[in-house]
Amino acid sequence: MVNLGIRIHELDFKNPIMLASGTCGFGEEIADFLDLSRLGGIVVKGTTLKHREGNAYPRMAETPSGMLNAVGLQNKGVDNFIANIYPRIKDIDTHIIVNVNGSTIEDYVALTERLNELDKIPAIELNISCPNVKEGGMAFGISCPSAEAVVKAVRKVYSKTLIVKLSPNVTNIADIARAVESQGADSVSLINTLLGMAVNAETRKPVLSTITGGLSGPAIKPIALRMVWQVYNAVKIPVMGMGGIMNATDAIEFMIAGASTVQVGTAIFIDPTIPVQIVDGLTLYMERHKMQSVSELIGSLQC
Amino acid sequence: MKKTVVDLLLLENKQLNKDNFLLKLQSPVPVSDIFPGQFVNVEIKEAQEIFLRRPFSVLDVDYQNQTISLLVKILGRGSKKLTETQPGVQISTILPLGKSFTLPEKNDRILLIGGGSGVAPMLFLAKLCGLDPENVHILIGARSISDHVDIEEYKPFGNFYFATEDGSLGEKGYVTNHPVFTNHLNEFTKIYTCGPDLMMKAIGRIALDKQIFCEVSLENMMACGFGVCLCCVEDTKAGHKCVCTDGPVFNVNDLKW
Repeated sequence: MVNLGIRIHELDFKNPIMLASGTCGFGEEIADFLDLSRLGGIVVKGTTLKHREGNAYPRMAETPSGMLNAVGLQNKGVDNFIANIYPRIKDIDTHIIVNVNGSTIEDYVALTERLNELDKIPAIELNISCPNVKEGGMAFGISCPSAEAVVKAVRKVYSKTLIVKLSPNVTNIADIARAVESQGADSVSLINTLLGMAVNAETRKPVLSTITGGLSGPAIKPIALRMVWQVYNAVKIPVMGMGGIMNATDAIEFMIAGASTVQVGTAIFIDPTIPVQIVDGLTLYMERHKMQSVSELIGSLQC
Repeated sequence: MKKTVVDLLLLENKQLNKDNFLLKLQSPVPVSDIFPGQFVNVEIKEAQEIFLRRPFSVLDVDYQNQTISLLVKILGRGSKKLTETQPGVQISTILPLGKSFTLPEKNDRILLIGGGSGVAPMLFLAKLCGLDPENVHILIGARSISDHVDIEEYKPFGNFYFATEDGSLGEKGYVTNHPVFTNHLNEFTKIYTCGPDLMMKAIGRIALDKQIFCEVSLENMMACGFGVCLCCVEDTKAGHKCVCTDGPVFNVNDLKW
């Protein structure tokens, strides 16, 4: 029997397979397709202090081996989450992690304080990397001083596991990872989407209402793998890897490159049963390679 | 109804005219209840440039033979690739998705207006609505007779009217120029429509003006089809709503038309 369990900070995950924020709603939307309790964790839709309508339609463009989105953090705000959604999902037998967003440091802190009160939310993923909002979002994640400032402020009010989601739209992602580690982040997750763009040649107009959007899917996997490997070698805290994972082999590659856990995102749009297939595929892989524990896999790249 | 990911066997792929194909797919398990207006999201395999599934409104379901029929119009790379698929191939689908049209009540007299491949849910609704065919009126619009989708087996379910832009079939002009629409609209208690956006908007605005119940089926671009990506939103009076889960069928009263 292989042991898929993995510990991140003070949190034990039953396996390293998680669902990425913004691609699985609050879990319940895809509960018809898979047994959510078979997953290590679910990072639910990006939440903000106040309701956000998100960006105008069109928000999506298909691209070679991927897609662009410009949703812009549409959500009903933290009050709605606590009153209506949390009671429905809190007893799902997996770790429910909330992705936290803000336009200002004060927003991040106020939202985190609210979530700190919730017993069944053992961790937050601080999103300093959303490319689709005008204020805040990625702006915090592309320079070391601003990343440090937001993590420092949130760390003061948050006692549970603090994961910081990093942007790939930077010159050196390892520097940002070190910066957030220095301010007490317990883990980093990467990568968020890459800033991209689509043009309609016939109309000479941008496809997205926001002109630019975030690229995800297999198209970004080599970049994500490279960044996970760089960050793994730069920090001591565990790394959560994501970016174009479509199957168990992709997930295993991220773990070999240094990811302690992985998040499955855009693949859910194609087939929402993929995350559970990855759990099964990882088990088979470990049996075939005679591994007892996933820790044998993490960072096992043979250079 | 529980949504599932299921591989369906392509039994038939029949070309109806230049751009329209009728695909009949067989399920290995009993088909769950599917109502007019609901859709399936189809994976297009072995096409490197196509990443996302393509949504298609259901034309018909045969529960006994466990088959689902789709009307596929070539609109781009994905639909083109799908129409090139040979019978015998397994096609991955997610179904049933979306909310259906509100089925009419016993005393309703309904007008169904389909444009292009939007005729599919209209024919399905005509078949399933349970009304006397005398009270079911189906107006179909196309550019020309060569674009018209002629499916004989639905003829018994209602009275058919046609409008083509070049006048090659039925009345010349748009569906909104057809006498059944211009002269008899007040005789209907419910209007249902699916087709090009401009056509549905023209119909919807008139229905709003005349205060006739009217449901439209929107076709916004979507990535997932089950309410997690939030890409296909329509800006409604109640804010952004997902066309895939809050729709695709909307009452025009709820839209900003």
